[in-house]
Amino acid sequence: MASLRTMLAKPWIWSFIGAFVVWLATIAFTGGYGAGGMITAALSLAVFTVIVGVGQMFVITLGPGNVDLSLPANIGLASAVAMKVMDGNDAMIAVGLIAALGCGAAIGAANYLLIWALRIPPIIATLSASFIIQSIDISYGRGLQIKPPPGFADFTNWQILGIPVLALLTVVFTVGAATALQRMIYGRSVLAIGQNIRAAWLAGVNVGRVRFLTYTLCGALGGIDGALLAGYFRGANVDIGNEYLLASIAVVVIGGTSVAGGKANVPGVWGAGLFLVLLLTMLNTFGVSAGVRLVLTGLIIVGVITAAGGEKAVR
Amino acid sequence: MTAASLETRLKASPAGGGAAARARMLRSLLPALSLALVLLAIAWLNPRAISYFGFTLMLNLAIPIALATIAQMFVIAGNELDLSIGTFVGFVGCVTATWLKDAPLVGIAVLLGSIGVYALLGALIHLRNLPSIVVTLGMSFVWQGLAILILPKPGGKAPDWLLSLMAFKPPLIPFPIIAALVIATVVHIGLMRTSYGVILRGSGGNAAALRRAGWSLLRTKIVLFALTGLFGVLSGMALIGITTSADANIGNGYTLLSIAGVILGGGEFVGGRVSPIGAVIGALTLALAASPLLTFMHIPPDWQVAANGAILIIVLAARVLISRKER
Repeated sequence: MASLRTMLAKPWIWSFIGAFVVWLATIAFTGGYGAGGMITAALSLAVFTVIVGVGQMFVITLGPGNVDLSLPANIGLASAVAMKVMDGNDAMIAVGLIAALGCGAAIGAANYLLIWALRIPPIIATLSASFIIQSIDISYGRGLQIKPPPGFADFTNWQILGIPVLALLTVVFTVGAATALQRMIYGRSVLAIGQNIRAAWLAGVNVGRVRFLTYTLCGALGGIDGALLAGYFRGANVDIGNEYLLASIAVVVIGGTSVAGGKANVPGVWGAGLFLVLLLTMLNTFGVSAGVRLVLTGLIIVGVITAAGGEKAVR
Repeated sequence: MTAASLETRLKASPAGGGAAARARMLRSLLPALSLALVLLAIAWLNPRAISYFGFTLMLNLAIPIALATIAQMFVIAGNELDLSIGTFVGFVGCVTATWLKDAPLVGIAVLLGSIGVYALLGALIHLRNLPSIVVTLGMSFVWQGLAILILPKPGGKAPDWLLSLMAFKPPLIPFPIIAALVIATVVHIGLMRTSYGVILRGSGGNAAALRRAGWSLLRTKIVLFALTGLFGVLSGMALIGITTSADANIGNGYTLLSIAGVILGGGEFVGGRVSPIGAVIGALTLALAASPLLTFMHIPPDWQVAANGAILIIVLAARVLISRKER
């Protein structure tokens, strides 16, 4: 009983409960049909949200005002870079992935350069960067019709006993991210900066370097996400990352990470990612129109954040 | 304490010397200077554009952008951010092109109701202490969904009175310039020259002090959000008056444009430091630089968005250089 209570006190448990309830509601509607297939599909789609969600989580944990608005543009450009470098050739998969990773990391580093050099809030810096990246992508990716190499496309769809391999790899990655956050100097520094940037600086944390690393990391994750999305959806696209601006912020907040910074939660990102994907599946299964689906998605996000409530931001 | 608030404190400390005063002056003139620079570039590239007809054409779309920027400015004055203003403008546009023409009373009721929703959001954000970024991101889906439900396919038609209003051709001075002057003056007087305007800005500058002085922070937040809703409605209506028909996605670009406009106009994210005149100038600069300037320079429209980003970065960099002198 006591263990149940400690479980319920964890902020991330609610996102998993939400995902479970939505799943139950859907299979109740279909009469149990497609229950397993739905989980497989949810896992393979949630992966993309989780990867950028973890990056966004590290950035948001840095404190109030820290958020990466350039992720959608970043994902779009990286997807085009990956497809161009791979050029449909199986031998070039690794090179393409590294190119996408490097493209994303460069964008993240550029974001921090703007924040540092212009001393402007990260929202404005990543916003202006995203304007420029978007244009580069439109110009670079125009009429890009390169299919991903067959080996790469298969890889993003591989399954073992109904569990997507990509989802397993992402679980390994998130365990690593959680360890980095809670057990490594880098992660503890991110949390310390989010709690009180001045105290962290006085305590000897290299604030500039940690923030630089965090933005670069978030950018790199956006880059790799772009490549994987292009593989999964069979091609790059300027708009491929559009939905990940809301999704990346939403999974962080629904997952129990504090928007005021200084408190992060990796398991919650998974729960919230599954919740969002299953929610969409549920609304599709119920056969609602696109307009109703958008309205309900928005209302549920506002409802969840209202129920979770905000904490007093320490300013 | 964040790095930004530390910085404002340092700036507030008395900095002696005429050089600092000159730098402050230069800093407040920066928005006007950037607009002048863009205008000069256009005049140099295409002298014929600097005419009554040229300005009417080039600045037409600046009216809804300026209104959306003012809308965004109100939430920023209260240290919040509205990421849903673009889809809200689209929603208003769809209502304007359908109900406001066919059943004016229903249309007016819906638009007033949507301003009420904005006021409620302000109350919700204050009472539950929610991050406005997340709430408004969620709302952006709601407005977009409603817009699609109202107008599944692009179409509809603007009410005739709105069309004739937006096509108004006053003597000598082009309509967009008069509209920009009116918007800037009205909001400037309301926000910068009235006592409640000071309270509204103070809620972003020092909320704790206002609360201790007995002002309701709930009320300031509701008023700021309702004003955002009001100007969002005006922006959507102005946009449809120009384009004559609507589309559910018509306003999507306005979210980022409006934030950029506020910042270009000298506004700051924290501390209630905003400028209505600057915001209108910022919106005009963005509207001019995004398309006419690029067209005259023979740069493909692909780079339109990048031009906005580049202007933002250049102006912010100039501001940093000036601020350094201020010390």
